[in-house]
Amino acid sequence: MAEPVLEVKNLRVEFPTRRGTLVAVDDVSFSIAPGEVLGVVGESGAGKSMTGSAVIGLLTPPGRVAAGEIRLMGRRIDKLPYGEMRKIRGRQIGAIFQDPLTSLNPLYRIGDQLVETILTHLPMTKAEARARAIGLLKEVGIPGAEDRIDHYPHQFSGGMRQRVVIALALCCNPTLIIADEPTTALDVSIQAQIITLLKRLCAEHGCSVMLVTHDMGVIAETADRVAVMYAGRIAEIGPVRDVIKHAHHPYTRGLMGAIPTISEREGRLNQIDGAMPRLNAIPRGCAFNPRCPEVFDRCRVDRPDLMRAGGSLAACWKAEEAVNG
Amino acid sequence: MAETMLKVEGLKRYFDVSPPWLNRVLDGSGRRVVHAVDGVSFSIERGETFSLVGESGCGKSTVARLVVGLYDPSGGQITFEGADLSGAAARRKHGDKQSRMQMIFQDPYASLNPRWRVGRIIAEPIRFKKLIQGGDKIKARVGELLSLVGLSPADADKFPHEFSGGQRQRISIARALAGQPEFLVCDEPTSALDVSVQAQILNLMAELQAELGLTYLFISHNLAVVHHVSDKVGVMYLGRLVEWAETRTLFGRPLHPYTRMLLDAIPDLDMSGRSRTPVAGEVPSPINPPSGCSFHPRCPLANERCKREVPQSLTVPGGAVACHAVQEGRLPPWHGGTVAAAE
Repeated sequence: MAEPVLEVKNLRVEFPTRRGTLVAVDDVSFSIAPGEVLGVVGESGAGKSMTGSAVIGLLTPPGRVAAGEIRLMGRRIDKLPYGEMRKIRGRQIGAIFQDPLTSLNPLYRIGDQLVETILTHLPMTKAEARARAIGLLKEVGIPGAEDRIDHYPHQFSGGMRQRVVIALALCCNPTLIIADEPTTALDVSIQAQIITLLKRLCAEHGCSVMLVTHDMGVIAETADRVAVMYAGRIAEIGPVRDVIKHAHHPYTRGLMGAIPTISEREGRLNQIDGAMPRLNAIPRGCAFNPRCPEVFDRCRVDRPDLMRAGGSLAACWKAEEAVNG
Repeated sequence: MAETMLKVEGLKRYFDVSPPWLNRVLDGSGRRVVHAVDGVSFSIERGETFSLVGESGCGKSTVARLVVGLYDPSGGQITFEGADLSGAAARRKHGDKQSRMQMIFQDPYASLNPRWRVGRIIAEPIRFKKLIQGGDKIKARVGELLSLVGLSPADADKFPHEFSGGQRQRISIARALAGQPEFLVCDEPTSALDVSVQAQILNLMAELQAELGLTYLFISHNLAVVHHVSDKVGVMYLGRLVEWAETRTLFGRPLHPYTRMLLDAIPDLDMSGRSRTPVAGEVPSPINPPSGCSFHPRCPLANERCKREVPQSLTVPGGAVACHAVQEGRLPPWHGGTVAAAE
């Protein structure tokens, strides 16, 4: 079996505060194979973006990786000094963020930003880098790339800006792209364009993707495998089809039932009562137990780890029961 | 049989976005006007939910604000329960009708005063309209409203920051209901919420509608949500209503190419492996909309006439559509890939 591009083991992200330590990501493990798209889905506060930031080493202080390890192509990267990490960021890991307006520098032409990134990481002359930048802009579908390269970010629309950001993420042929809510700020028709583009380009460049989003629809269209996060932990992880069609964790099932679809019209949406617990008040046992319709005694005491459930892994005592008989 | 509650005819709202006078003189440039809403007509019957859907900048929120009177229309008519409510003077004259409408806003963080206790926020419409006299009675009514939206009467003493997004949206709904409205305008009430919380709010709104006989004008960009809540749906594009129809008809047999494009763009949760063709191009700027049919630069069916002539609304069974291709019978059949057929 091929060596995974990214391997995260028992990752724990903590935020020390005056009122005690908050654990934003707790004992999260997953790996991404070459060319694979892993979706990370969850509601606000689930820790999905925090996991992404930890991988690229961009946690906002005082947040820090408190335990666990992150390996990129077998090399440990969570303990690297700042300068070393900078060489990896942009070169081996590309990043796409939610808001394309804030991830581009408004004072520089987009060409300058692309050329700068290319020159920082690749041994090229300025002319070569510019030619490469134009090629990338064409690849992401920006019409008139030769002229548009000298425009400023504000001269682009939201969808076009997100295309520029994708070009920027791809410009040094990274092995992994971390896309944090890449389509959330966009309209549905533009979202469809960007998803199709991202999927096609990553397949062409053979690059793996960690796609962080709250939108199950985007995951269903794009990802190979999906990790569903709840209150800082992975509730369920497995192939997209298994998780969406035959969810094993009650949270995943509830989440899927809560999404209105256009293929059928339910009289009433399946709702999960309550809300995700705040980080300073995560319940004992399974974090989902106060909202879970299938809760039983053990859930309130013991915290379940991920265990095999059909084609996927689910952190639920019910799943264990099903396996044992 | 069904009684028309709200009727909007040829509604227009223009915004002046000209540069300052001095710049205009120096540059020799003229005034610039955004046609945010440009001739929108629809009607809503009592007890039903009418949704407006469209992408950012299509004018759907402006229509919501025009209907409740937060903006004055630049043209056209708004008739509510038989009274003409177009313009501030008309609204003052029909104060009793005006007060039958309330609005729920998108952002539950910005729409509640952070310095007021929840009880005071909800009591404000009651006090303003003098619906109930006496502190104790008002307090009892506030408690009743809080229970109605699934909160506890004791929550009246808390401040908005003590609540989560979904709970705040419940407070907004309680405040809207405090004015005893019959008609609620909901401007993206769930877009700021997580899906599990969105389901709670949508269910609550459906329960309240059944219980109190409310009529909703629902504004959203999310087609799946619109499909779930609406009886009729209107699709807006660049300030115009391009198509409206009953929900089953619109989703089962969409006519306008833009509606079809929107339906195709919904991510496929059923994983049916349906291939989708994202339509190229983006929404043009409403400051300088394309000539003729404003959708023609992105439309696969556009011809010379579409570039020249603005399509008029054409009545079809169960709705209306503004498209030359439909009128001329050039429209290809809908593949029906996303939805079970209407019939």
